[in-house]
Amino acid sequence: MSATAKKGVKKSDGANQPFIYRQYDQEKLRDALRKMYLIRQFEEGAEESYMRGLIHGTMHLSIGQEASAVGICLGLSDEDQITSTHRGHGHCIAKGADVSRMFAEFFGKTTGYCRGRGGSMHIADVSTGNLGANGIVGGGLPIAVGAALTAKKMKTDNVVVCFFGDGANNEGAFHEALNMAAIWKLPVVFVCENNGYGMSTSVARATAVPNIADRASAYAMPGVIVDGNVVSDVAEAMHEATERARNGEGPTLIECKTYRYRGHSKSDRNRYRTKEEIEEWMTERDPIEAFEAELVEFGVIDTAGIEEIRESVRKEIEAGIEFAKESPMPEVANLEKYVYTEQA
Amino acid sequence: MDAQVETATRELSYAQAIQEAMAIAMERDERVFLMGEDIGVYGGAFQVTGDLVERFGPERVMDTPISELGGAGVAVGAAVTGMRPIFEFQFSDFATLAMEQIVNQAAKMRYMLGGAVSVPGVMRFPAGSGTGAAAQHSQSLEAWLGHVPGLKVIQPATPHDAKGMLLAAIEDPDPVMIYEHKILYKMKGEVPEGYYTVPIGKAEVRREGADLTIVATSIMVHKALDAAKQLAEEGIDVEVIDLRTVRPMDRQTIIESVCKTSRLMCVYEGVKTLGVGAEISAMIAESEAFDYLDAPVVRLGGAETPIPYNPELEKATVPQVDGIVKAARDLATGAR
Repeated sequence: MSATAKKGVKKSDGANQPFIYRQYDQEKLRDALRKMYLIRQFEEGAEESYMRGLIHGTMHLSIGQEASAVGICLGLSDEDQITSTHRGHGHCIAKGADVSRMFAEFFGKTTGYCRGRGGSMHIADVSTGNLGANGIVGGGLPIAVGAALTAKKMKTDNVVVCFFGDGANNEGAFHEALNMAAIWKLPVVFVCENNGYGMSTSVARATAVPNIADRASAYAMPGVIVDGNVVSDVAEAMHEATERARNGEGPTLIECKTYRYRGHSKSDRNRYRTKEEIEEWMTERDPIEAFEAELVEFGVIDTAGIEEIRESVRKEIEAGIEFAKESPMPEVANLEKYVYTEQA
Repeated sequence: MDAQVETATRELSYAQAIQEAMAIAMERDERVFLMGEDIGVYGGAFQVTGDLVERFGPERVMDTPISELGGAGVAVGAAVTGMRPIFEFQFSDFATLAMEQIVNQAAKMRYMLGGAVSVPGVMRFPAGSGTGAAAQHSQSLEAWLGHVPGLKVIQPATPHDAKGMLLAAIEDPDPVMIYEHKILYKMKGEVPEGYYTVPIGKAEVRREGADLTIVATSIMVHKALDAAKQLAEEGIDVEVIDLRTVRPMDRQTIIESVCKTSRLMCVYEGVKTLGVGAEISAMIAESEAFDYLDAPVVRLGGAETPIPYNPELEKATVPQVDGIVKAARDLATGAR
């Protein structure tokens, strides 16, 4: 891991402020912080509900990776699309989904985004441009390329973001998708969230090159490595990639070096990494703490403002869980609904 | 026959009929485009796209790299975001490389997302034996895809149906897999001019008969019809049903026929075990037609072997007219 995010940031005068402070207004930045809280508290709420038996199945938590999801989606509109991964709650929220309907989905209710048919692993809010999380590692890669082909053919000016993990970069789909996106110069940004491990197997053990971004050269596209725990660094790389995509110059591969605090899924005994390693990331490189400190330093928010956002997020999460609990279960009679499109 | 107004007909090959359907679809709907390996200037491995690239340009007749998994995924992504892709597999065998996208993504996306999206894409699969291309270029794996809820799987047997069913498939809001037997590509038949559709999910009685029902798929429809002609000379009156759609299967047409003839034989090129005929047989066993059966159901399917190279061995791998005649005769006369 070469990520270098540290608590706090270098002092800098106005002109040398990090990218997002030059690019976005303060409200947008406070909203970015809010989304990071929302992701973390949503996942903590989901985890707790799982422990209490309110959610079944499994889930893959992205706690610790919030800066990547939020930094990537910061400059996107609802028309820009994403494909997401099995660790996709953060992407869904960063793109604008309503946590109540996400909780409802996790609880298997009809009010959920997928009407109880998808759960955590297929969470999607198509209305905000999320084409869906995916249970297959690498499954979203060619789909994102297809969505970008639509954007090019329909001349929509939309950009498609393809989130995937370090594990997916060893799937054949990665090679096929990046190659096609490059030869057709499609408006897609490949975002690898490298959290160091594909389930239990470290990147060093699974991947022949030290950085996933090194592979970009094989597809004649820029490969950019960023500290995935620093919102501004992520957003800056994404901004450049988006410009390139919209200008018809083709795809970019961004590698966000980050870390997941929780295990791979609910079955993980954490035997493949040390407590010290986890501890270090949590205490030294937490993306939310770093962003809070930065926002305070640049005068975007004060501690009272932070507390206010946290409290409002806490209420939103509480209300979301309540909404999910009270929502109706799907009827078994409707089991086969949505297999095919209903036709008149 | 089916849907819309049919105008004058003329003779076209099966391949020409498919090409015409794709051209009509592209004329009618700018969202329709073709993608596949060597479908542009090369014209496709079986010349099904032919010169379409000259008429519609390389943006709408897109050559892809040799990337079946990626190509299928691109088709899924394009379909779900508003386009109407038609993805040609060079050989249906290569679907094995793309199963992830076909089975996990195309088929399930609508369901997994609770109906929030549809995947209106078509995938074309040149299938079947008889070309001397051996084990990896000759299979009939339609039953694999027929096993997957969310997909529709069709097997038109005539140029008329190839055009009409492909046009129906392109307009269908869900992913449709079309299996085209390679030996049929050169077969000629009357094809109406202009636009028409043949509905997905409807079998067709190709020959009416009283003594036994043969349900056949794809090229086996023609072999079954040849067999029926021979058997007629012996006084055995065979009803031949062209299944046309593997999923969703037209159960009613088969049940009605079996209730009438009391004898059922399934003829298909895919490997016999766990194939299309297994489903038809089981479906009849579960239906009211079971009580009408005067004899056990007979399945004639592909041998339990990869398709061999040697032409005599290759022929022996799949049902042929002589075998159908013998099996049908035995079934009709109670000799088995």
